[in-house]
Amino acid sequence: MFARHVSLIFDGFAYGMLLFVLSVGLSVTLGMMNFVNLAHGSFAMVGGYVTVTLMRNAGWPFFATLPVAFLAAAAMSVVVERLLYRRLYRATELDQSLLTIGIVFVSIAVAAYLFGTIQQPVELPQYLRSRITIGDFSFGVYRLFIIIAALLITALLVLGLDYTRFGAQIRACVDNQRMARGLGLNVDRIFMLTFAIGSGFAGLGGALAIEMVGIDPNFALKYLVFMLIVVAVGGLASIRGAFFTAAALGIIDILSKYHWPKSGAFILYFVMVALLVWRPNGIFARR
Amino acid sequence: MQRTLIKLGGIAAATLLGLTAAQAQGTIKIGLVMSYTGQFGDLGTMMDTAVKLYVKKYGDTVAGKKIEFIRKDSGAAGSAPDVAKRLVQELIVRDNVDIIAGFSLTPDALASADVLTESKKPAVIMNAATAIITARSPYFVRTSIPLPAAMGALGTWAAKTGIKKSYTMVTDYGPGIDSEQAFQAAFKEGGGEIVGSVRFPVVSPDFSAFVQRLKDSKSESVFIFVPGGEQPASLGKALAEHGLSPKTTKVLASGELTNEAPLKSMGPAAEGIISAWHYDWRHKSAMNDEFTKGFREMLNGRNPDQFSVSAWDGMHAIYEALRKTNGNTNGDAFINALKGHKWESPRGQILIDPETRDIVQTVYLRRVEKIGNEYGNNEFDKLDNVKDPVKAKLKAEGKLTDNGLTK
Repeated sequence: MFARHVSLIFDGFAYGMLLFVLSVGLSVTLGMMNFVNLAHGSFAMVGGYVTVTLMRNAGWPFFATLPVAFLAAAAMSVVVERLLYRRLYRATELDQSLLTIGIVFVSIAVAAYLFGTIQQPVELPQYLRSRITIGDFSFGVYRLFIIIAALLITALLVLGLDYTRFGAQIRACVDNQRMARGLGLNVDRIFMLTFAIGSGFAGLGGALAIEMVGIDPNFALKYLVFMLIVVAVGGLASIRGAFFTAAALGIIDILSKYHWPKSGAFILYFVMVALLVWRPNGIFARR
Repeated sequence: MQRTLIKLGGIAAATLLGLTAAQAQGTIKIGLVMSYTGQFGDLGTMMDTAVKLYVKKYGDTVAGKKIEFIRKDSGAAGSAPDVAKRLVQELIVRDNVDIIAGFSLTPDALASADVLTESKKPAVIMNAATAIITARSPYFVRTSIPLPAAMGALGTWAAKTGIKKSYTMVTDYGPGIDSEQAFQAAFKEGGGEIVGSVRFPVVSPDFSAFVQRLKDSKSESVFIFVPGGEQPASLGKALAEHGLSPKTTKVLASGELTNEAPLKSMGPAAEGIISAWHYDWRHKSAMNDEFTKGFREMLNGRNPDQFSVSAWDGMHAIYEALRKTNGNTNGDAFINALKGHKWESPRGQILIDPETRDIVQTVYLRRVEKIGNEYGNNEFDKLDNVKDPVKAKLKAEGKLTDNGLTK
């Protein structure tokens, strides 16, 4: 019984970490720029398709495609940000939602046009699909890899935001844009870079997601709900919040589905609602 | 609402007199209702390509009338049955279509049944696979499969080959429950024991929790049904990831799990999965070779699947019925023309059951094996003329007549 739960919690944690990588960028950009970017999942999808294409058509190994997935999503987001988003920074939330949800639908259609509506199969090396057994416990190697990757990303982001010059500039922009501008910071450029980094992580998440949940044109929309939950419950612009919420989401989801397969799918949402009632701005809200 | 009803009544009356606008102009309009986008978007692609291929091969004129298609996407809003119903209503009332075809999912077909009965429009079901659908309206004809036919065959086969215990895992909606019950009943009848079962929600991105339950049961075999589209691959991978391969636990499934894309994602872990199904593109026959070749040319080298072959045969049913009625699309005439009609399909001989308007066909038992450089379904046994056991049982119990279900 104990070993079984350890392995369930492990599986759920890994799933949560995947959601974390997918959503952390949204948390930062939404919190910082106050821009409702519902197209975050589209950038994740870009990463996923880049990995699929490189592996299948160019024969690249899986790990080599990951940085490219990050960069491609980041680059794509800069183009979109410069062309479209920038114009709506001062617009209402409704305008922003309409624009970005439109981009989601466009991206779904483009993906279906380019890659077809089918699930994209990729074959990972066999060692990534094997299991490690330690005594009574056994863990999937791929999930272990996702957990390690997510922990590294968390460390990188937390340290980067707290201890680097660029991190300090981002925090300054989040806290008070006018003041930051007055101090000579190029807020516009900082926004663009942050946005690119956030979308890059989404792209990486999309690439990591292929093996666990697959990728098809619908990806851009399918994970949007989970991303928004992570951001809303975790608190805007909070890396720690996103981390803990995503982990809790993954673990609660899997444990409730295991124990109560019939109602398990709903329990998660009750917990999230309860958390929001308790702390409407998110558990780790900065403001 | 009242206006709609009046219109519906008017259309129905006009149809009875054989005077619809479309007919007067010498065209026959077919309304295709499928999920072209969304979670089940790939079904639309596979079905519609077969429809186009059929028209390419046999032309767009039947019995001297030109065939016209109006395509509606029932998948855009997730998969809400209300949407399908509304689309069918619009097609009949506003677009004046003569025949409805498609129905990617069971709930879509069920929700539309009343509209069809009321307007007396014939509808050809090209996928939705829950057994009971064809009993909900006398104007339904099905060219895909009633799932219990194949899943019952699988249960019987499993018990016969000496499998003693099984665990069932299905998606919690019509076709899943249908499959679960058909497999369990046939397996138990053959002397097998069901040691546990689980139904997962229609949207479940991560299957680990359910696979863990299966693992806990220590069952020697597992029966699986998931709808085609995105889930078979992720479930297959979850099984492999948890060390459950056909080598340790016998995996028995519907053909969705062993379609081409999930097989590619699972890789060697899929070897040995047994499935009972009505179609695979590797099926050997001259007709299937031609069908497969044409399909590949039309869809960037992709092979057809069960959705494609059902849509192909759906088109064939429509063309045959129109030929027989000489272009009359009156619901009763159209349906009567198809009752007992038999033809050769890329999957083998098929027949429309005159009693239930459902398809009667061969069910193949297949094993996933390495074929060349990839994994594919190898047919090793078959059962001919398999009928839907659910409707047969209802009929025997007097709960089903030719006019539908008795209350």
